[in-house]
Amino acid sequence: MTTTSELDQLEFDSSINLEQLLDTMYQAIKQKLQDLNKDDVMIVGIHTGGFWIAEKLYKRLGLTSPLGSLNISFYRDDFTKIGLHPEVKPSQLPAGLDDKHIILIDDVLFTGRTVRAALNEIFDYGRPASVTLAVLLDRGGRELPIYADIIGQKITLKAGQQIKLCGPDPLKLVHNKC
Amino acid sequence: MISKNIQLDEQGRLKHFLSIEGFKRQHLVNILDAAEPFANVHEQAVKKVPILRGKTIVNLFFEASTRTRTTFELAAKRLSADVLNININTSATSKGESLLDMLHNLEAMYCDMFIVRHNQSGAAHLIAQHVSPHISVINAGDGCHSHPTQAMLDMFTIRRHKKEFAHLKVVIVGDILHSRVARSQIHALTTLGVTEVRVVGPKTLIPAHIESLGVHVYHDLQTALIDADVVIMLRLQKERMQGALLPSENEYFQQYGLTEKKLRLAKPDAIVMHPGPINRGVEIASSIADGPQSVILEQVTNGIAIRMAVMSQTLGRSGSESIRSSGGTA
Repeated sequence: MTTTSELDQLEFDSSINLEQLLDTMYQAIKQKLQDLNKDDVMIVGIHTGGFWIAEKLYKRLGLTSPLGSLNISFYRDDFTKIGLHPEVKPSQLPAGLDDKHIILIDDVLFTGRTVRAALNEIFDYGRPASVTLAVLLDRGGRELPIYADIIGQKITLKAGQQIKLCGPDPLKLVHNKC
Repeated sequence: MISKNIQLDEQGRLKHFLSIEGFKRQHLVNILDAAEPFANVHEQAVKKVPILRGKTIVNLFFEASTRTRTTFELAAKRLSADVLNININTSATSKGESLLDMLHNLEAMYCDMFIVRHNQSGAAHLIAQHVSPHISVINAGDGCHSHPTQAMLDMFTIRRHKKEFAHLKVVIVGDILHSRVARSQIHALTTLGVTEVRVVGPKTLIPAHIESLGVHVYHDLQTALIDADVVIMLRLQKERMQGALLPSENEYFQQYGLTEKKLRLAKPDAIVMHPGPINRGVEIASSIADGPQSVILEQVTNGIAIRMAVMSQTLGRSGSESIRSSGGTA
């Protein structure tokens, strides 16, 4: 007999086409770039899943500025509860963030706390002209007033259900561990 | 040595950082890895990260220090902690009860961490055994015993230049007898897998039985320098010397001072280190201290990242907040 959670897994996996979502994001970002000077745009991916997506999109977009990566571990609001992961990779933001238009990329938008931390970190590097949030999946459940400008797909998960992007090669969405 | 390692909590996480002894290789590697991202914080326009916001860190220095105290202070500030600097004149305090009384007073001010430097070996251990459970203690040098964050920043500097520890030949030169830095370095190097640690100095400044720590003892600097990858010079600690251990500074420099000629015996890409403060013309020639192989100032910079790593690991233990809110201090 198939359990409920197994059914969810099957349904969920077959309904999401990762390449298609990436393409949706790519088209939307391209659209966004039309109104901006390409030299003023920076792509920044949130470590680790967001960065993998950012890498793929960055290759297609052909921008002049280097790709940035953001590790928000030092900006988390639950640091005193969960401590510091020993393998935190440094953030790599290109110099001269001031007056740039940042496309901030993450894999799954959930509570909004990661994005809050990312925004705080970005502003410790400089004062961007704007920040646009682009995510692969928006699973709802926001705990902060944060929304994404560009969304690959909105999904609904049951309480206690998890979703995670594994990668970088190949990129794959899973329900628990990679 | 205390039977239970009080440096770790029940879950095996870093609680105090008192000495390198008692740590396994993975613990040390974790600290080195954690320091990597902190080494980049100075690139930010705002040279701070918020993880220790709201924490109070006390610099408790019973002994003179410039580098260690200021880099601990900077490290704490770059983690957004509040820092209290208490400089205690050595003559005004004695160990024992008065020290503990002072600690209880500081605890009553709701501090979260003590950074302790003391001229008595074991002072930081003693303090760690007597503080409330939520407080972390970091040893910033105790007598001739231990200076673990200095050793770790040296390991960090070595790793950045040499990548791997295993096949390195590391030479530690000078006043090993009085050097807590040397003791901590030896423990850290051997724990991280360095098989060839050479200590060099006059017989009067090499402790008896130091071979038991797994090092090779030399009394001739030239022989010891052959093929070295890392050369660590130590300061002559005249303030700790009692009696005639040395002929004269000049003669010491002739025999054990690092000069360009002697350094040529080491590998061409050997790095020269010194924990500071340096005595130019006593243990090291100026041309070496300022030369291309010297990483002495890099050590200072790396000290901030290592201290940030140790502080955030000790204060970032899960549950430390709940202990605190349930009224931890006496």
